Amino acid sequence: MTAIAPGCPSGLSLSATATPAQDPSAFVAQKDGVKSLDLIVKGARCGGCLSKIESNVGRLPGIRLARLNLSSGRLRVEWAGQLKPHAIVETVSDLGYGVTAFDPGKVDVEDARTERRLITALTIAGVGTAAVMFMSEPLWFGSDLPADMRNILRWLSAAVAIPVAIISGQPFFSSALASIRARRLNMDVPVSLAVILALALSLYETSVGGQHAFFDASVMLLFFLLIGRVLDARLRRRAYAAANELASLQTATATRLGLNGRAEAVRASDIRPGDILLVAAGERLAIDAEIISGESDVDLRLVTGEVEPMATITGQTLHAGAVNLSAPIQVRALAAANDSLMADVARLLEAGEQKKSGYRRLADKAAELYVPQVHATAALGFVGWLMFGATAAQAAYVAVTVLIITCPCALALAAPLVQVVAAGRLFREGIFLSSGDALERLAAIDHVVLDKTGTLTLGDPVLSNMSEDARRALTHAAMLARASHHPFSRALVKVAGAGPVAEVIREIPGQGVTGTIEGRRAKIGSASFLGAMAGGGSELWFAFEGEAPTPFHFDDAIRPEAAETIAKLKAMGIEVELLSGDGAERVARAAEAAGIQQWTARATPQSKAAHVKALEASGQKILMVGDGLNDAGALAGAHASIAPGGAVDVSRLASDCVFSGDSLRAIAITVITARAARARMRENFAFAALYNIVVVPVALAGWVTPLIAAVAMSASSAVVTLNALRMAGPRRSSQGGMP
Amino acid sequence: MNVFMLMLPGIAVLALVGLGAFRWALKSGQFEDPKGAAARILEESDHPG
Repeated sequence: MTAIAPGCPSGLSLSATATPAQDPSAFVAQKDGVKSLDLIVKGARCGGCLSKIESNVGRLPGIRLARLNLSSGRLRVEWAGQLKPHAIVETVSDLGYGVTAFDPGKVDVEDARTERRLITALTIAGVGTAAVMFMSEPLWFGSDLPADMRNILRWLSAAVAIPVAIISGQPFFSSALASIRARRLNMDVPVSLAVILALALSLYETSVGGQHAFFDASVMLLFFLLIGRVLDARLRRRAYAAANELASLQTATATRLGLNGRAEAVRASDIRPGDILLVAAGERLAIDAEIISGESDVDLRLVTGEVEPMATITGQTLHAGAVNLSAPIQVRALAAANDSLMADVARLLEAGEQKKSGYRRLADKAAELYVPQVHATAALGFVGWLMFGATAAQAAYVAVTVLIITCPCALALAAPLVQVVAAGRLFREGIFLSSGDALERLAAIDHVVLDKTGTLTLGDPVLSNMSEDARRALTHAAMLARASHHPFSRALVKVAGAGPVAEVIREIPGQGVTGTIEGRRAKIGSASFLGAMAGGGSELWFAFEGEAPTPFHFDDAIRPEAAETIAKLKAMGIEVELLSGDGAERVARAAEAAGIQQWTARATPQSKAAHVKALEASGQKILMVGDGLNDAGALAGAHASIAPGGAVDVSRLASDCVFSGDSLRAIAITVITARAARARMRENFAFAALYNIVVVPVALAGWVTPLIAAVAMSASSAVVTLNALRMAGPRRSSQGGMP
Repeated sequence: MNVFMLMLPGIAVLALVGLGAFRWALKSGQFEDPKGAAARILEESDHPG
């Protein structure tokens, strides 16, 4: 029998994570008559979930394979025959799990391949290091070792170390070559040089029966550095996959009308300019499009930040991110909207990207300082020893030991290890970084600019301060509201709960809904629709025919923990301000509720970006937090930026990090973690510098033996690693986290 | 000395076997789903996959 862990969906109660099932047929792949589909399953945590899902899907006709990966939350289904893909999605969703079709994509596969190649290189380096160490031990400690024995061990070490270094050093050699070609120095240049020179010197020493050989040190160097590389690659892939899944929960498919008038589900990425699409009420537009028929109103809060929906007109251009509210419309897909808004956003994005590419990472700065100095010291050592009468071989020995012992290890591991640990910690909180150097920029900020709609607020209105009259009218109003996708209607239904729907429903776009309740005509809608006096603010009126209308008021709900987060940021000495495209009254109310003194309303995309630019010019480092198309320019132009998971694609891509979940706490967590990471990185660089100051004179004096090199290298790497791990913090349970 | 010469190829072979075993495990997807693998051994397997 299968046991269900507490907290797992039971199928009897509706899962909170369950998302409305979309048409998955656009994601079905077909090969040799076998169809396959990849799904993201939310809420599966235990063996019970696993077997329940696999066995229930497996019972559907024609199923060849149903395998759930519990670690990543992905379900792969393969089948032959006429089974409708929708049946699979429904089966899983009926069990109480949230389910979304998704496109594994090419990048994912490529990243997995890179990671696998790095792991293979790491294993080879590890086995090679162990083998060479094993043979080096008698060389280090056996001072009475016979000469022929010593020679055999040396040649054997060479036979292992050289092929191992050639294979597992590949990632460093190619990166170093690329960097030299670009006329810049990265950390892989000294690493490659140290490995190659150490091997060459050791080979020479072995052939002439000299004192020391550094086969062990060179493979060990590669082994340590590869550990950092593998961790880095794995984390990047996980963060990428998680961010990708967030994206696929947004608009992934659209309904295309073919020439014969037949509707088919297609992926958003497969839509071509000129395609005619049918946009149902409640659907979010995946691409820019022009309305060709139908009358409705659209929710533009992701585009302009305005909460009030707007009535549509035929021929109007809608941007990706607009949500159709009241009635189905037909639109024609555009290559990319080229109206003024989009052109402005594109220009602002470009300006922001140029600025960011000029940013120099801490590690690059360190490398640019370190590489010339160490190489100059090594060259100096070589010349110095020659001048004092040493042979060329002796002088070369000193120069190479300087290169090996200054150990780019600690320096090369200093930043990536901290980034991996910090990003892993953020990952467990549902925050996904787009790049490692984002952390450095996030750590530097001293001024936060928040967007209102969808960022400071959840973006969905909630019913507020109900009067006695409204409370009485709620049940009847909800019967009309259930038929509408309008955000106010949905907020009303959320309070009223599930229940019956009125008869003879008619929705008039931009105005309201009429219907019959218990034989009486009733209306719900805007003040003008019911002939009432508009009271200002967000409201919805309800009335039975011939009776006085009752208003319902709505607020844009502030995200949970917003006030605490803002208080915390202020306590850290960070200024916070609100910058919104919405009306002054609503912005002021939200600012007051969140404890923000400084706010601006009616901001356009240009004025948002200009505001951020002006602040940056005054020497402040801005963290922009926003989700809409109107925020994209500001997000790209700010020193660092964060977007919530529900943001439009453009804004998400322009951001350094994306957070899932509702709580605004993510902002404070990100900044705190980034600052801790920067402190650890600086400590690591300081330690690496200190270490070099101590060991360089030893190497220049010619006192470094292979044993000293091995010990110094491991010890310095261990110190840097342990310091990075200091910020790992208590491990949170993965339950309820992102897959 | 002779014992030593006998042991060395043995060590090399053992190392290569270990390396090969790890490569096989990696390629056959043993590390793809550690949580699922832990859960699966407790389940009866009367379903496909």
